[in-house]
Amino acid sequence: MKYLDEYRDGRVAAKILSEIRRVTTRPWTLMEVCGGQTHSIVKHGVDRMLPSEIELVHGPGCPVCVTPLEQIDKALAIASRPTVIFTSFGDMLRVPGSHTDLLRLKSQGADVRIVYAPLDAVRLAQQHPDREVVFFAIGFETTAPANALAATRAAALGVRNFSMLVSHVLVPPAIACVLQSPGNRVQGFLGPGHVCTVMGYREYEALAAHYRVPIVITGFEPVDLLDGVLRTVRLLEAGDVGVQNQYSRVVTRAGNLAAQRLVWSAFEVCDRQWRGIGSIPKSGLRLRYEFREYDAEHRFEVGALQTREPAACISGQILRGLKKPHDCPAFGGTCTPEHPLGATMVSAEGACAAYFTYGRRREEVVR
Amino acid sequence: MCLAIPGRVIEVFEDHGLRMGRVDFGGTVKKACLAQLPEASVGDYVLVHVGFALSLVDPAEAERTYQLLEAMGLLDELKAPEGPA
Repeated sequence: MKYLDEYRDGRVAAKILSEIRRVTTRPWTLMEVCGGQTHSIVKHGVDRMLPSEIELVHGPGCPVCVTPLEQIDKALAIASRPTVIFTSFGDMLRVPGSHTDLLRLKSQGADVRIVYAPLDAVRLAQQHPDREVVFFAIGFETTAPANALAATRAAALGVRNFSMLVSHVLVPPAIACVLQSPGNRVQGFLGPGHVCTVMGYREYEALAAHYRVPIVITGFEPVDLLDGVLRTVRLLEAGDVGVQNQYSRVVTRAGNLAAQRLVWSAFEVCDRQWRGIGSIPKSGLRLRYEFREYDAEHRFEVGALQTREPAACISGQILRGLKKPHDCPAFGGTCTPEHPLGATMVSAEGACAAYFTYGRRREEVVR
Repeated sequence: MCLAIPGRVIEVFEDHGLRMGRVDFGGTVKKACLAQLPEASVGDYVLVHVGFALSLVDPAEAERTYQLLEAMGLLDELKAPEGPA
């Protein structure tokens, strides 16, 4: 496919790799923020191609993984109601709540449906005026315009039996959280390419200046990722900080302004809990007051929920880049994609699921 | 989650006032909302995420990046000895 295949060209990848080897003089620790990048890195073995001085640690950019347990439990409580058609992206169905998950609920008779686009959920509500259609609106800035569109579209069309359970998160506060954490080892970042197609990268310029780090906005194909690593290492070796845009074929400095206007018409910034990490100030989005009647948390009273995390799961440390999946005793044993203990084993973008799927069962000493 | 795929716009239409398009992803055709990308028209490549077109793919930038990467190491190759004289 055009704009994909050429960025998987092994010949070009080899050239970039030899350049990375040439410019690297000492150890550097880089973090790819986005879970989509983590998946691509592990799938294509990008981290194994790099010289041993360069370590890639995986960031918290998997929205399925960081959706707080309390929101999952709320989703489960709402989906259990007989009047409700609960709609979600497919990734969320296996995410373990305190006692069950959406897929198990579905097998027990709940009406849980996977949608490709948030607008599909609005359409479903139009087709079933006698039912309550609830959409689980999760994601980073990349997904925010599509989710905002569902809310504004439902309001414009007067679809009153539609609502959204919102658990949106933002990338820049998460990068700040990583950099502020006492055990932080990350010296440079591969920035989240698709988040920046929407938001641009001005916020990242502020982060880079404040924390004195290089951030390279990077795409998702192996050649993009290697180019992102090369640019970051060059900046580090030169002692430079700031932002570079590797993904210039789709990312501009200002981003998509019309999409941003759409996002702010429906959402506003709020504090948000991140599963495994804790509360990060101003790191989430919630529906604006004007969209209250489309807010599932307002429409459905679910009462006080007692959440319970499995003790064996170390996903919080994995999401902060402090540990790797094979550091976990449960990895591949009591925790597998079929029977996950934590969300990082569920989503295709979770580090544990990527390691499991691509056969990374234990730390490799020799590269 | 943040997976977004480039595809070619093959049709633009209106759905109750919403600007939509049909987008071809290497043979698979899906609908996508083009409302926040008014400049996208038939033949353009757009980056689509969960049925929503996020941005145009800039062909000139794609070409420029790729040429830069292609040219990487070329100077070294030119400088390299051509083998035993």
